[in-house]
Formats: sequence, C-alpha cells, structure tokens
Amino acid sequence: MSLVQVEGLSLKYGGRTVLSHVSLRVDPGEIVTIVGPNGSGKTSLLRAIIGAVQPSIGRVIKSDGVKLGYVPQKLHIDETLPMTVSRFLKLPGGVSATDIARALAQAGVPDLATAQLSQLSGGQFQRALLARALIGKPDLLLLDEATQGLDQRGSASFYQQIETVRKNTGCAVLMISHELHVVMSASDRVICLNGHVCCEGTPAVVASAPEYRALFGTGTGGALALYRHEHDHGHDHGPNPDHHHNDTNHDHPEAAE
Amino acid sequence: MLDVLLGDFMMRAALAGIGVSLAAAPLGCFVVWRRMAYFGDATAHAAILGVALSLAFSMSVFVGAMVVALLMALTVSFLSGRGYAMDTLLGVLAHSALAFGLVAVSFISGVRIDLMAYLFGDILAVSRGDLAVIWGGAVLVVMLIGWRWSALLTSTLNADLAHASGINPKREQLVLTLALAITVAVAIKVVGVLLIAALLIIPAAAARPLSRTPEGMAITAGIIGMLSTITGLRAAYVFDTPAGPSIVCVAALTFLATSVSKGLNPHS
Repeated sequence: MSLVQVEGLSLKYGGRTVLSHVSLRVDPGEIVTIVGPNGSGKTSLLRAIIGAVQPSIGRVIKSDGVKLGYVPQKLHIDETLPMTVSRFLKLPGGVSATDIARALAQAGVPDLATAQLSQLSGGQFQRALLARALIGKPDLLLLDEATQGLDQRGSASFYQQIETVRKNTGCAVLMISHELHVVMSASDRVICLNGHVCCEGTPAVVASAPEYRALFGTGTGGALALYRHEHDHGHDHGPNPDHHHNDTNHDHPEAAE
Repeated sequence: MLDVLLGDFMMRAALAGIGVSLAAAPLGCFVVWRRMAYFGDATAHAAILGVALSLAFSMSVFVGAMVVALLMALTVSFLSGRGYAMDTLLGVLAHSALAFGLVAVSFISGVRIDLMAYLFGDILAVSRGDLAVIWGGAVLVVMLIGWRWSALLTSTLNADLAHASGINPKREQLVLTLALAITVAVAIKVVGVLLIAALLIIPAAAARPLSRTPEGMAITAGIIGMLSTITGLRAAYVFDTPAGPSIVCVAALTFLATSVSKGLNPHS
C-alpha cells in the first residue's frame, strides 16, 4: 500500500497548465526525489499533495491515517513576530516537551529550543523547520528545496540528516531539489518532472535517460560525472585510481567537493 | 458601588478604553505580524459609510458600522491576489469608502449628526449602553481569537504549513476579518474612525521589543493599551486636551520608549 498516490493529476493556474497527467506514488520508507527545471511544477505538485491547491483533474489518494511532515521551500518569519523554536514546534498544538526534545535531536539541533527563530542561521532555521515537520512522527516527509540558500557543506549535511532520519524513523521522503548530484545519490527513486513526468526510475536509469539529458543538458555534466564517480565504485580505476578510495569524505559523498 | 463607578463619566471613559484595548491587543498583534496595518484603516474608513447608513435607516450605529466594516473586509479578502497589490487595493477601497460615507452623510436630511464625533470619537460621552456594547464586543473578539489562536498563528507563519497541519488559512483569515470588523464597530465611539488603527497597531508594536513569544506579545500589548488609556485620559483631564488623541499619544510615546530600549540592547 502506497502512502500517497497521485493519479492523473492536472493543475491550472489562471488558464496556464502547470501540471498535466502526473501520476506517482510513494511507498513506505523510500526516498523519492523530484527533479526538474524552474517552472516545471515541482512545488505545485507538492502543494497538491498537502492539499494547499486543488487539482483541476485527477486526484491525490492518501492511505488511511497517513501523517505528513512538510518542510516548505522558504519561510519568511516576520521580524515583528517573536517566536522561540520550541513555541514554533508546538504549533498548532498537542505536543509535549519530550516530543520537542526528540524532534530537535532528530533534526540535529538539540540545543536550539529557547532560541528566537529570527536569529537562527540559514542552516539552523532549516533544521528547525525539519524538526517541526518531524514532531508529528510523520510517515511521509515532504521537502521542497529545503536547502535553498545553504552553501554546499550546509546542504550536504542537511541531506545527510534526512538519510539519518529515514534510517531512524523509517519514514518515507519525497523531496524536490536542484542539487542533482547530491540528492540523486541519496535517492531510491528519481522522478524527472517538466509539467509532466518525463522519466522516472533509479538514479542511474534517470541520469542516463535521454529525456533527462535533454532537460539538464551538458550544464550538469560535471554533476553527473561526480554522481557516477561517487557510486559506481566498480569501474573507474582510471587516471587517479586511489583518489576517491582514500578520500576521507568517502562515506559522505555530498561533502566531497 | 458599580452604580457609583458607572455614574462618573471619566470612569465610563476609562472602562470603555480598557475594553477596546483588550480586544485590540491580540488582534493588533496579528495585524502587525501579517503586515495588514492598512487593512485596519480600510475597515475603519468604511465604517463611516456604515454610520451614515444606520442613521438613514435609523438602525443602531454599531450594527451599521459592523455590517459595512465586515463587507469591506470581505471585499478586500476576496479581491486580494487578483492582479492588484494589496496596498493599492486597500488605498482605493479605504479612501473611496470614506468619501462615499461622507457624501452619504450629506444626503441625510433632518438628522444632524456630529461627524467629528465619528471621525475622532468621543470617549467622554460613552453611555452605559455603549459600555455594554463595547465590552460585549471586546469579550467576543478575545474569545474568538483565543479559540482560533494556534490555527491563526500557524496560518500567519505560512499558509502551506497550515495546510499541511490540516488548517484552512482562508477560514482563519475570515476569523480575523470578522474580529476586525467587530473591533472597529465597537471602537468607533471611543477613538473614532481615524484613530482606530492606531489603537490596534501601536500597543502591539510597542510590545514587540519586550516579548519572546507571540502570547507574551499579545498580553504585553494589552497591558500597554490599558495603561495608555488610563494615562491618556488623566493627561486629557489635566491638560484639557482631546481624550482619544491623548490616549494614542501616550501609546506612541510608549512605542518610542520600548524601541529605544531595544536599540540600546538589541539582544533583549
């Protein structure tokens, strides 16, 4: 039984078709990544899944009692709104102090409970958002470009945290990202979206699909090379065979560059 | 005892001001957080039209002001996100509502109305009946906001986060709109149309530097509003100044004081 199933979903904003006939499903425990160029409808798809927009055609089926945790693309906290991290995690209510401590620990920021949201760094803020998404013990975590505005090290460690969360809680993850090489390596499945589903499959399948190449072209050649470099350990004892095997970051391919 | 208290016009004025401050505090915080300061203005200006209509049809001023304020707020909610920037929309609606209201007042023959009393309020003329309306409205607003507090706060942070938590942000916006219309309608008599927004925004803004949580800010705003009312009325009595504006002046000076204290200690 899939946690969430999207069937033939089409979305229109003021006459403009953003998504047409998109179908996908997310099963328990898997990490699915949606990649696609700007304006390809990635965010709209996620918003349709959480129920923020109604599909024009098609439907979103959630399995009974499935709990979603959502990390939005960007969240502007107005300076005029005083808010500690722990108060933020209590919204909209019904959580205990133990829940807060657990969620903050899972998000990798156990000491932030009393900090003001407006004074967090970009990375801390994203982790506070992650903690809030985790507090209801979700079955499915939805991340919309959760590392926007973080530097490479910051986003690498953020995605590592996501993998740790999945390992510890067993929740499924559906995420959107621009950082192809980072997220694709961490995904079980990749869906390439451009208004419709261009191609999908394991990261290796998608990376070599002609539809994917047509969208991302040569601009990501380096990223793809890196991605393969990190994961196809069997084949490339090329010009510098020792390089990545001695790499201290070997277990953290995202931080390697 | 109550009779002695309510027999004194200064005491009635103070109670009226405190009632309005109570409702305005939590509502004003949301107005500030959601950057809808001009929303309060627009609703208040529309209320003048309501006053004119209620006099024309000999209804209660409170009901007329409330209905028009509510219609105005709903219109703004409905039109927002349809091609005009919010501030443009509010500018158009607020000032045209005020103008239509003033024109409508001129059509009412035979009734002499003191327009100044509605523009600037006359807190010293508050009757026992007014007091009942003000406190009834204030309690209603505080209960409404208190009941929806968490949902409102979540929607204020981010509409999508609210959706993900099963909250409909449009409905919460409606709750705020309704509360705003009630507050404007009950506050007209006290501070008048032109200064209602001041009572909403200034205590909330003054409370910001002193607060660490949203709840703290709402309570602090309430306290600042009440103290401003009492101090302002006292000042109006001593210096023989208009009462409503004096209250707003005290609130403004409080804002200045807390802002400066924040400037001196930015991490507080």
